[in-house]
Parts: sequence; structure tokens; C-alpha cells
Amino acid sequence: MEIGLNHYLVLSTILFAIGLVGVMRRKNLLLLFFATEILLNSVNVAFAAISHYYGDLTGQMFAFFVIAIAASEVAVGLGLLIVWYKRHNSIDLDTLMTMKG
Amino acid sequence: MFEAIAFYLFAFLTIAMFFITVTTSQALYALTALAAGMIFISAFFFILDADFLGAVQIIVYTGAVMALYAFGMMFFDTTREVKEKQGNQYIVIGLSTLAAVLVVVIFAAPMVSENIVALYPALEGVGNTQEVGLVLFTKYLVPFEVAAIMLLVAMVAGIVLAGKKMDLSITLMNEAEIEEEKNKKVLS
Repeated sequence: MEIGLNHYLVLSTILFAIGLVGVMRRKNLLLLFFATEILLNSVNVAFAAISHYYGDLTGQMFAFFVIAIAASEVAVGLGLLIVWYKRHNSIDLDTLMTMKG
Repeated sequence: MFEAIAFYLFAFLTIAMFFITVTTSQALYALTALAAGMIFISAFFFILDADFLGAVQIIVYTGAVMALYAFGMMFFDTTREVKEKQGNQYIVIGLSTLAAVLVVVIFAAPMVSENIVALYPALEGVGNTQEVGLVLFTKYLVPFEVAAIMLLVAMVAGIVLAGKKMDLSITLMNEAEIEEEKNKKVLS
């Protein structure tokens, strides 16, 4: 049984859906960050698979840039999260609703 | 044959690990399951002949990002149970299904036309790392430099945001100094 491009795309979609469910049902901001990491990884799998099956290196290049963006997002996001936790003693999304009318 | 076995094994493991990450109520379980899932994702990159990408995945994600999360979690109260959002289940399931179908359409749209030509075709007789280097330092040199500057900005931002009052140590101060610091904080 041959593994084709569609297998990888379906796997990537399943992982993306898991990440989306995580983003929608999580209340804790740290676990929300984990769910966004799953989203970025699922897209990386699709990029690498397309790069392999079309013999083109552009997909891998974009996967590298996605990894770089994920790393910088984690650095800035965790810094902001620590500042917020020191001030409010909580990282729940409900405490962020200061602009709710 | 072996490719199929490896694909299905790692697909099952990755989906199981990420499912644990989004459903568990313990933050530490979520962290360890996510780290394991990242390692299993790198197996797909090795199957797909993207050796350098797999190595980068292990080093950057499980080495740097997960370590950063582990350090960040030391600031938070992670021992208590995580509360869940109890919204409308049907809306959540419907929206995620819709978004997943959209992703399939986005990736399947170029395949329908069947006339894709490789822009930077893989070279003959060189390894994956050499190919990556050739393309990254010729065609993608400017995005590479911009990414380097972005990482520098992110590092400075992380230090500035998280590093406030890191020069103070409560264990090395006596009671009077701690009270003084507290009063200063209230006034400022």
C-alpha cells in the first residue's frame, strides 16, 4: 500500500482540527498557546509533504520560517503572560475581559 | 511497506499525543504530551526526506520552545485543575469541521489543475542539508535575514518583559528590605 500526498494532507487536517478544538475550548492562556503550537505543526507537516511529492524545496523553506515565527511568538507571548500573571495573579481568559460593555 | 507501517504508527501516536494535549486538565500532562507529539512529528520529516527540517524540529521545538514553556510554567500555579470553557458544543464542532474542510480545499486546489512545475527542483547527488543551504542562501536570503532580526527583537522583548526585578532576590534580603520593596511597589 503506497503512502501518497493525500495521506499526509488528511493527517495534517486531523491535527489542525485537534488544534482548533483546543483553541476553542481552552480557558487557560498557557494551554491556548499549546493549541496554537499544534496548529503550526500540522501546517508544517503539509508543507514538508508537498515539498517531497512535487520535488520542490520551497515547502521546506516555508516550514523553516514557520518554525522561526513560532519560536519568537513563544518568547514574546510568555513574557507578556508572566507580566500579566504578576499583576492579576491569574492567566484565565475571563480576567482579560476588561473592555466588555 | 515499511513507509506505510511507519506512517500509520506515527500518525496514531501524534494524534493521540495532541489529543491528550487539548483534553487533559493537568497543565504538566499537556506540556509533556505536546513535547512527545513534537518528536513524533519530526519522524514524518525524516520519512519525507527532509532530514534537516526534522533535526531543526527536534532542536527548536522540543529543545528550545518546550524548555521555554517549562520555565514559564514555574511562574504560574500549574498544580490546580484547569477550568474548561463550557460553551455550545455544536458551534465548536461545526466551526472546527468547517475550518478543517477549508484547509483541505486550500491544499487541494493546486492539485486539481495538475500543472505545477517545481520552482526550485531538488538537485541530484547532494544531500538534503546541502540543498536547503543552496536555496536558503540564494533565493531566500532576504527573508532569512529578516527572520534573524525578528528573532533578535523577540529575544529583547522577552528579556524586557519577563526580566523585571530579576536582580532582586527575596532569599538574600532581610525582612526590613522586603517590606521596603513592597512599599515601593505600592507607590509606583
